[in-house]
Amino acid sequence: MRHLLSTRDLSRDEAITLLDVAEDMAAVQEREVKKLPTLRGRTVVNLFFEDSTRTRISFEAAAKRLSADVINFSAKGSSVSKGESLKDTAQTLQAMGADGVVIRHPSSGAPFTLATSGWIDAGVVNAGDGTHEHPTQALLDAFTMRRRLHGGASRGRDLDGVRVVVVGDILHSRVARSNVWLLEALGADVTLVAPPTLVPVDVSGWPATIEYDLDRALADRPDVVMMLRIQAERMHGAFFPNSREYARTWGLDDHRFAQLPETTMVMHPGPMNRGLEIAARAADSTQSTVREQVANGVSVRMAALYLLLSGERGETR
Amino acid sequence: MSESFLIRGATLPTGERADILLDGGRIAEVGTVADAAGATVVDADGLVALPGLVDLHTHLREPGYEQSETVLTGTQAAAAGGFTAVFAMANTFPVADTAGVVEQELSLGEAAGYATVQPIGAVTVGLKGERLAELGAMAASRAHVRVFSDDGFCVFDPLLMRRALEYVKAFDGVIAQHAQEPRLTQGAQMNEGALSGELGLAGWPAVAEESIIARDVLLAEHVGSRLHVCHVSTAGSVEVIRWAKARGIDVTAEVTPHHLLLTEDLIAGYDPRYKVNPPLRRQEDVEALRAALADGTIDIVATDHAPHPVEAKESEWDAAANGMVGLESALSVVQQAMVDSGLMGWADVARVLSATPARIGRLSGHGEPVAAGSAAELTLVDPSATAPFGVDRLAGRSVNSPYLGRTLPGRVVATFHRGVPTLLDGTVRPADEVAAASARLADGGARG
Repeated sequence: MRHLLSTRDLSRDEAITLLDVAEDMAAVQEREVKKLPTLRGRTVVNLFFEDSTRTRISFEAAAKRLSADVINFSAKGSSVSKGESLKDTAQTLQAMGADGVVIRHPSSGAPFTLATSGWIDAGVVNAGDGTHEHPTQALLDAFTMRRRLHGGASRGRDLDGVRVVVVGDILHSRVARSNVWLLEALGADVTLVAPPTLVPVDVSGWPATIEYDLDRALADRPDVVMMLRIQAERMHGAFFPNSREYARTWGLDDHRFAQLPETTMVMHPGPMNRGLEIAARAADSTQSTVREQVANGVSVRMAALYLLLSGERGETR
Repeated sequence: MSESFLIRGATLPTGERADILLDGGRIAEVGTVADAAGATVVDADGLVALPGLVDLHTHLREPGYEQSETVLTGTQAAAAGGFTAVFAMANTFPVADTAGVVEQELSLGEAAGYATVQPIGAVTVGLKGERLAELGAMAASRAHVRVFSDDGFCVFDPLLMRRALEYVKAFDGVIAQHAQEPRLTQGAQMNEGALSGELGLAGWPAVAEESIIARDVLLAEHVGSRLHVCHVSTAGSVEVIRWAKARGIDVTAEVTPHHLLLTEDLIAGYDPRYKVNPPLRRQEDVEALRAALADGTIDIVATDHAPHPVEAKESEWDAAANGMVGLESALSVVQQAMVDSGLMGWADVARVLSATPARIGRLSGHGEPVAAGSAAELTLVDPSATAPFGVDRLAGRSVNSPYLGRTLPGRVVATFHRGVPTLLDGTVRPADEVAAASARLADGGARG
């Protein structure tokens, strides 16, 4: 794998390979000494143009557990407002000898531009770009689902027939997009639930069912309910009247949670708005995978960095 | 170089073969010309002779943005593309919203000598959309402004648009509207549809263009004014304009070469060369625009030549500037989209790229037929030349062309402006030679 830019063009086999490597990494995390020497002498740069402490420390932990040297490059705000172009930043990292760049950027496509521009030779991992994709989040979500379903027998398994309901701001969500493509590749059935204002205008080509009524979607007893974070700025864009109405109509409140089968996983990429898209009872229940998702994030990112930076460089992903 | 040219064996837009004698700034003779003493002979065997092309929508960037283009380099690009007149958009710095600025642009064009530079005046002060610019002063100035536009911005306030349409009737002016509903396009990055949803780029919906055109044609009807719609980009806009024309509303419309050829699919790789406003649309829109140009619903092709320095396009998509250079490639793109596809002939090309834009802009001395007595504004094109379009074809200061590396048909071989060659053998003539010839003509004009 040369880069990890999106889940859109990951095949089922490639996705399963990555998840299986993540299983190996997770096994290491259960040992007393959690560190592998694999990427000793390699340099990974966390290039963050947006604040995201969670994602950054997850990648930092992943790189360090593979013995890579980690440089955190925080360039908050757009490259334009900062005065330095993405090109100059990339060439600076190239001059410093970065082997891998983990990039978080507010502009959709920026990791793609970085990877294809010729400005830098490093392998590029997309850690979230604008409203486009967040591939490692989707991979850790799939990893979490697979582990909950198959436990220690997860290796080699796909998600055939698993019914996943994703609820919230689909329009602006890079998590939703990456999940849709990856879950499709792994064989899951995806239903997207949102107010019509928060669904892209034409999703006819998406491998997912669109549903406006959360109760109807939950009545089908899905295997997984994934709640997405509602950003504060959406409150002012006339996407819905106010947070009360949103929570009442599209929130996983106590009543809705109580109707779900006990086997239904409740997922959230974090950070959660408790009381808005998800009630505390659901978030803190045994059905909730929120903390597992965080732990699994490190394993999945270790797998991604390992596949990108160890051994021969393959084709672009 | 001699001041008369005998063009041998050209193919006229009508398809006939003829010799053309240019002398004294006019077309002296068209037909079989036996010989003309002292004339430089140009072999035009296999070349189509078109009236000099007229672009109603060019960004020359001077004054203010000379790192992108100047009047000199922009008109050199025009000459390379076969254009003999360009209408210079008002979004310079300072904005062309006073008589002083438009007269400066006019003078720069005259001094360069490559093409007639006809300034467009801003509709509102500073393109701010708040109060009318001095439209009358610009109209009465030496620049004789007849086209007014806030291009880049929509004249969104309906009352202001109504007043502008009414006011310019006093001097037979026209408002050229950049139809873009601002609220519906906040932060917009590409055509809104299936692809924008996948790529996670904020959408620029077709309705944001169509709703403004619908409003404006109704306003134009109500006040009995002339309206011109810039860079129409959607199938729905075509339907609205078709309806308006059928109703007898005095509306004209333009389409850019890139909207006749390129589609939004090119954006999938986030290459900012394809970032333009209005954005590239769907194949269905391209088909509708071609049909509309062929049937006359859309009156003209205008380039929206928008030069930008390299750094403005060497970035992530959101940060990249909108716009493409288009003067040098326009005729080739129109040949591919309209002529080679069988939708139009060369006489139609002469109409949509010369006669009608000159008429809409009330520009005399341009867009006249290739016939004895017309002004010596002439373009010779070799339609059989097919080659990859490279930077060697670009003559302006900027290289933000979406066609680089793409194979395009046709090549402009020669351009004559006021009888002076600005392009010969596919090469732009030197600036000092063209400026000197232009100065001689100005002196002659003063004496005459």
